[in-house]
Formats: sequence, structure tokens, C-alpha cells
Amino acid sequence: MSPPLLEVNDLTKHFAVRTGLLGGRGAAVRAVDGVSFSLERGETLSIVGESGCGKSTVGRAVLRLLDVTGGQVVLDGRRIDDLSAGAMRPLRRRIQVVFQDPFSSLNPRMRVRDILAEPLRNFRLARGARALDARVAALLDTVRLPRDAAGRFPHEFSGGQRQRIGIARALAPEPDLIVCDEAVSALDVSVKAQVVNLLQDLQRELGLALLFISHDLAIVEHMTHRVAVMYLGQIVEIAARARVFAAPKHPYTQALLSAVPVPEPGAARDRIVLKGDVPSPIDPPPGCRFHTRCPYAFARCRTEVPRLRRLSPEQEAACHLHDRPAAENPLA
Amino acid sequence: MSPPGAPDLAAAAAAPGIAVAAAPDLPDIFPPVVRRRGLRGVVARHPAAAIGVAILLLMLLAALLAPVLFTVDPTALAPSRRTRLPSAQYWFGTDMLGRDIYSRVIYGARVSLVVGFSVAALASAIGLAIGLVSGFVRVLDGIVMRVMDGLMSIPPILLAVALMALTRGSVGNVVAAITIAEIPRVARLVRGVVLSLREQPYVDGAVASGSTVPAIIWRHILPNTLAPLSVQATYICASAMITEAILSFIGAGTPPTTPSWGNIMAEGRALWQVKPTIVFFPALFLSLTVLAVNLVGDGLRDALDPRMAKRL
Amino acid sequence: MALLEVECLRTHFRTPDGVNRAVDGVSFSVEAGETLAIVGESGCGKSVTANSILRLIPAKVGRSTGVVRFEGRNLLELSPRAMRQIRGNAIGMIFQEPMTSLNPVLTVGRQIGESLRLHQGLDRRRAEARAVEMLTLVGIPEPQRRVRAYPHQLSGGMRQRVMIAMALACNPKLLIADEPTTALDVTIQAQILDLTRDLKHRVGAAIILITHDLGVVAEVASRVIVMYAGRKIEEAPVAELFRRPRHPYTQGLLGAVPRLGSSLDGTRGRLAEIPGLVPSLTTRIAGCVFAGRCPRATDLCRAIAPAMAAKAPGHGAACHHAPAEAAAA
Repeated sequence: MSPPLLEVNDLTKHFAVRTGLLGGRGAAVRAVDGVSFSLERGETLSIVGESGCGKSTVGRAVLRLLDVTGGQVVLDGRRIDDLSAGAMRPLRRRIQVVFQDPFSSLNPRMRVRDILAEPLRNFRLARGARALDARVAALLDTVRLPRDAAGRFPHEFSGGQRQRIGIARALAPEPDLIVCDEAVSALDVSVKAQVVNLLQDLQRELGLALLFISHDLAIVEHMTHRVAVMYLGQIVEIAARARVFAAPKHPYTQALLSAVPVPEPGAARDRIVLKGDVPSPIDPPPGCRFHTRCPYAFARCRTEVPRLRRLSPEQEAACHLHDRPAAENPLA
Repeated sequence: MSPPGAPDLAAAAAAPGIAVAAAPDLPDIFPPVVRRRGLRGVVARHPAAAIGVAILLLMLLAALLAPVLFTVDPTALAPSRRTRLPSAQYWFGTDMLGRDIYSRVIYGARVSLVVGFSVAALASAIGLAIGLVSGFVRVLDGIVMRVMDGLMSIPPILLAVALMALTRGSVGNVVAAITIAEIPRVARLVRGVVLSLREQPYVDGAVASGSTVPAIIWRHILPNTLAPLSVQATYICASAMITEAILSFIGAGTPPTTPSWGNIMAEGRALWQVKPTIVFFPALFLSLTVLAVNLVGDGLRDALDPRMAKRL
Repeated sequence: MALLEVECLRTHFRTPDGVNRAVDGVSFSVEAGETLAIVGESGCGKSVTANSILRLIPAKVGRSTGVVRFEGRNLLELSPRAMRQIRGNAIGMIFQEPMTSLNPVLTVGRQIGESLRLHQGLDRRRAEARAVEMLTLVGIPEPQRRVRAYPHQLSGGMRQRVMIAMALACNPKLLIADEPTTALDVTIQAQILDLTRDLKHRVGAAIILITHDLGVVAEVASRVIVMYAGRKIEEAPVAELFRRPRHPYTQGLLGAVPRLGSSLDGTRGRLAEIPGLVPSLTTRIAGCVFAGRCPRATDLCRAIAPAMAAKAPGHGAACHHAPAEAAAA
């Protein structure tokens, strides 16, 4: 069997923060702490979690936009986290990115044609002006923008149209994987639906794998095959979509799902309202990082770090409750 | 008011089940905004910048056409006609050596403009290079910026005076001295802009698109640095003109043989209480030019914002 | 008489590109104690409506006409001084960004106390005591200590609680909340929504909730107004609106939102798209503002702007083709 398209093993990223007036002793923000997952061709894996949980850092590590502190990123059986910038460059063609903010993700001083031409030229995918123009026109067709868009500047477009330009840029080098970092979060409802549908169509037509980073659980449920839920730099649950949304096996996943407001007036729901705020990633709680807010926490959670445990073929969760007999496990 | 033909449509729609309820058509609160195109539109939208450009153009013309603007030799002495008040013959009067102040002020514009523009161009170019290196090469950043901090801790005027003390007075040396004093500010600005641009998602996008560092600097960083830099350049130009005048005023700048606004003021200083016109005219020209350059700078700042570009 | 009656409110802005008709003839009323939600996408005029009610539109660029009657007085005709006595007193405000709406150099106690001292003439000591009381009310732990904290020492959720405490300090009759939970994470949003519902029973203020999130609307509102391109296009009780939306735009909007749990009951299909873009507000639109994107638009729609008309009891829509009561469903 061929290796998965992307494998992330025990990924760790700490950011040094300077404390004190003279920038002396450095503490570290443990943005990502031991994250592992894999992604098959044509598959969508979503990483969900609240701000500061490290989901975007995982995306940037996969894109090699930052150097990891530890662990491995393996693309198609080949380690890429330790490659030099020069060795990495040709491989970048295979992993592209769509960012959240449609305003700052496009250079305001470049015409759409030049924005799309950049990857085409870099990866030598079009030779000569005519071939280039043809490729640009084809890309605009793919994302359903008019061809005359090529001669215009980003500020002449609406947010949704700019996001299409961003998607076209990501598609230009014909990648295997696109990291969508909150790619539809900033868009209005009606435009969001257009872009979500476009992404789904493209995935089907081109066989793309998507790493879909989002905090919007309803969109994730609509888009994804599998879901990884992150809390304070760690994956607390990773499972197939149906498992996560039907029977979440981590208290945090449960709370997260129950907190989403549903557009159905009077819908009867048992909301789990979590106490307090997310602790600081500079000094995460010992044991299970969620124990400070967990409604089911017991003594063991405060001292021992729970490991991801396979509960069914398609579901893993990191929670000590699953070591207890079923009668004492509220999640069973 | 219903558009023409509406009654027919209303009648056509008066089929069973559809009742046409038209919303009242209300007039706008504001009169329509008339967008004038071309030069007049630009002037109407940016009157201050237009005035600045006009003054600056006049000064440039005066400097270029000085010999034909009814001037006489600005260094010609006429001791018998000293310290005259403005008259039909001597528009701005004469100084204590009988030289025509009008001619001296017009020729003086050359010095001010040459110094202002040269310093702005040189300081921007060198500062840009230093700022780019410092913003991209982490190893050099600390050292370069500490040197810049050191330079900035000395008031620019003092630094220029000190540098002038090392050489003899000439316009070239004045330009060099003021440029060195102005470079740190540009370098700091460029470095700040570069560091914030590097965080922009479109730069990350370019990295993911396989662009090399030089390509990223050329295509993404540099074009977006030029706007704030050119605005800063106008302020440097204005500040250089003032510094030049100060240097000349205290005798550490343009040599006395070349008329410059600072020189003229310095020479008129002793007679300020009896013949204020000697100081007044060069001072007026200096202020007007500096004001004009600053107005142009403010206009540039607005115009170079790409989101505003379509409104220009 | 309703607590707040807005009649044909229009707010236009003068921009270099032309006159922007941000709000164009919006009428509605708010009864004492009810929660009215105004929903719509960015640029639909929902926030401008709120700011117009509070007279927060800078006179240099924009102007409002119409009637905003609050407790019998037209706010648009009040002197700036009289308006200041209403803002933050009888009408409380909560904004989206708690970080930028709070003054970073004053303690939260001072900021809550300020309006109390200004409007209710409380002295420093009593204002602080009341501030502690308010912090307790909005569920901030250790209120005695937090009252001396600066905004940056609090988390986003805590800051939004402080904003709510400030807005409620003077016992307002009306609370205007502009996207109060948009900047918050979903678990924190759940806390704030819970708090809002709880406080509604205890405080009894009417609420105007401005939001783009239909989920939030469904959870807290009793009545909903849908805005599009500066117009009110539909108004209905919340359950009725979600069950039987009449305006094609509202229908499109509801179809475009993926529902949580849709993959479980097998309803996960393609999201409904509303084709096209929101029209520019600087060009005058003849006819219905939604006609350019509407699947049902006819020549009639393009020629004559539809007025709000009752389609069912308490349910109005501005659409020539929306079926009235019997023909529905």
C-alpha cells in the first residue's frame, strides 16, 4: 500500500516569548504539542478548535511556513520538515494554501493575472506569454470568475470574488493538497455557500485533499470526511465525521458541539456550558489540559496526561473516562 | 414617482393573488455627488495638494529660469545702494552690500531645491537598502539598527554641523552631511514596513507559490514599501531644506559666495530691526516651499493608498 | 404605545463615489421587554440602523431623516445634550469589539461607575459598590478584585461581560447590542448567550440584537427583521420566520447555512447559493433591491419597489410574489 499523502508525526511547535524588560529569560508558548494525523489523497480532514488552540500553526507547519520545534511532516513518504529552503521549493507545488482574510491575502499592487502567473512561472508550468494567458483564463474559468478579471486589481473585487482569486492561485500549480486556513470564515452567509460549493466541486473534479482548518462546526460537518478536534495545542479527538457529530467521545468535543447556536427556534438541546476561559498556552495545566473546565474531571485527570485511544475503527479520543467501566463513563 | 410604463405593469400584475404594493419612492437626502474627471476633479478633491504642487512648480521654474526672470547678477556689489527698501527697481530691496535681494532669493531657490531633492533621493535610496537588508537578514538586524539608533540619538542638525566641520563648505558637502543625518529615520521606517509586510498572508502565499526571497522582495515587499517611502521622502525634502538654511545661517553650510536663503537671512540678521525686508523675503520663500513640499507629501499619502487610487 | 418606534428611517452618506443609501426607509417598533433581532449580511445597513437610532452617525459624512420615537420623543430632533442623557442611560449599548470599546487606561470599575455618576448622580463610593454589584450580576468571579482590573487583564469573554455590565448599569429600558458575540469563541459565545437570556428575565430591558448569525437569532430573539441593501425586506416572529420565510432572500439565506447535525439525519445536500453580489448602494435602484439576484424576479419587480405587506399575522415581506397566508406552504 502506498503511504498516505500527508503524515504528521508528533508535531511540536513552541514559540519563544520574551518576558521582562530586557527580554531576558524566555518562556515558550506551546502552540502545538505532539500532534499526529494522516491524510489520504482526495480526503478532507478538518481541524477544529477555538482561537489559540494551535490549529493554524499546524497548517503553517505543514506548509513549511515555519520551522517546527519537533516531530515530522511527511509528504508522500518523504520528510519535508527538515528540508532546506531550496530543496523545499519544488515540493511546494504540491501543497497550496487559501487564507482567511480575502483582503490581505492578495498583494494589492498586483493585477490578478500577475497573482496567478506567479506560481505558474515559479514552477515553470507555462512557457511564453500566450501559454500563460491561456492558463490564467482557464484558472479563472475553474473558479467561475469572468476572464476579464485578469486585468484588474484585487480591490476591484468583493470579498467572495477575492477568495475565488485566492483559490485560483492555490489551484495554479495543480497541487495534491490545499490547506484552507479559515478559508470561508470571513465571508457573508450567501457568499460562503458559493465558496463552500466551489471547494467541494473542485475537490471532486480534481481529487484534491483538503486540510480544512476552521472554527465553524456546521461548515466543517458539511465539508469534511474526518475531524480532528484540538484544545490547547493537542488533538483531543480525531474521528470520522459521522462519529464526531453523532457520538463525540471527548467532553470538549461534546461541549463544543452543544455550544453552537442552531438556526432552529425552540430546538430542544442539552447545552453544556463550559466554565471559565481557555488557560494560557505558556503554562498549560498539568495532566489533561482540559481538566480545568471539564465537567467530568476526576483526580487522575489532574496528574496524568491522557493519550489518544482508539475506541472504534474510526474514532480516537484522549480521555481517561474511557478507561473506566462503562457504567461510570458518561461518554460511553 | 412611478417610472413610465409602470401602470401597465401594475395592471398586468393585477392577476388574482398578486396585489401590487409599491414602496414610496423617496428623494435622496443629499444632492447627487458630481464626480469631475481629469485635472479639475483632482484639484477639487485634493485642493491642498494641488496648491502644494503649484507652489513647488513655481519654485522649480524660478530656479530653472532664474537668469531670465528679470534678475541681475546676484553677487554684484553696489555699496552706494545699500539696504534699500523694496521699490520698482529693487523688488525686494537691497542688502547691506547693495546686492539685489530679489535676484539673490530667486537664485537661492536653486540651492534649496537641489539640497532638498538630492537629500530626499539619496537618503531614501540608501535608507531603503539598509532597511531591506535589516528587515530580511536577522543576523545583521541587531547591529545595523543599533548603529542607526546611535546616529538618531544625535540631533540631525548637530550631526550635520559636526560633519560640515570636517570638510569645507560646498553644496555637495551640505547634501552629504544632511543625507547621513536623515538616513537612520528612513532605514527605521523601511525596516518597520518590511517586518509588517513579511507577516502579510500574501507574502506567505508567495512563499507557498515557490517564490525565492529575492523575488518576494522585488515583487511583494518593494512595491508596497515605495508608497510610505515616497511620503517620507517629501518630509525629508522639507526637513533638508530647513537644515540647509540653518547650516548656512550659522555659517556652516553653503559658502557665502553662493546665494542661498539661509545665507541671505544670515547676512540680514544684524539689520533685522532696521531693515526686516532683507530677512523677510528669503524666509517667506523658504516657508512657502517647505509648506508646499509637505502638502504634496500629505496628498501623496492619500493618493498612494491603493484603495484610494481609483478615486484619484 | 411601543417603547421605540422607527418610522421611515433613512441614513445616507456622502462618499467620493456618490451618495451611499446605507439605510433607506426602514420602519419598525420595539415593545417593552421584547428581543428584536435585525439580521442581514455585511453592508445591509443593520449596524447603521443601530447607530442612527443612537445618533452616532458623524454629521460630517452622513445624515438621518425619519422618526425615531423613544418613549414619545423623537430622538432625531433632540439636542446633542438631551441625546447624551439618553445614551448609556435609558438606552444601553453593547458593541462587537470589547477591546476597542473599553478605555485601556481606566479600571473596569471606573468605566462602569462613570455612567452611574454621570446619569444618576452617584458618588464615587456608591458607584463602585454598584459596579461590583453589576459585575456579580454578569457572572464575573471575584468582582471585588476585578473591579480594579484594567481591560487588558481580562479575557475576551470577561471583557464582553464588562461591556454588558456597563450597558445595564443604569437600568436601561432598551439595550442595543451590535454583534455582541461575533468576536468570541463558540464556548464563550454560549456563556454570553446564556447570560443574556438569564439577564433578560431579571432586568426586563427590551433588546435590539444586530447580528449576521441566524443561529444566535434563533436562540435569543422573539421577533426578527431581515435587512437587505438598506431596506427591511421581511419581518416576522422568530419561529414563523424560520419555518415559513416569505421573501426569496430570506429563503436563500436560510438555505445557505449548513445545519449542525445535517449529516446525521441525511439532509446534507448542496448548500443553496444566492447567485450574484449585493448591489452597490451608491447607484439608485429602481424596483426591488433584490431583483438582480432573485430567481422569481419579473419585469414588475424591476420596475416597482415592493412595499412591506402583511403575508400572515405579524409576518410582513416586501415582495410582489411572496404568497399571502392561504397560498403558503
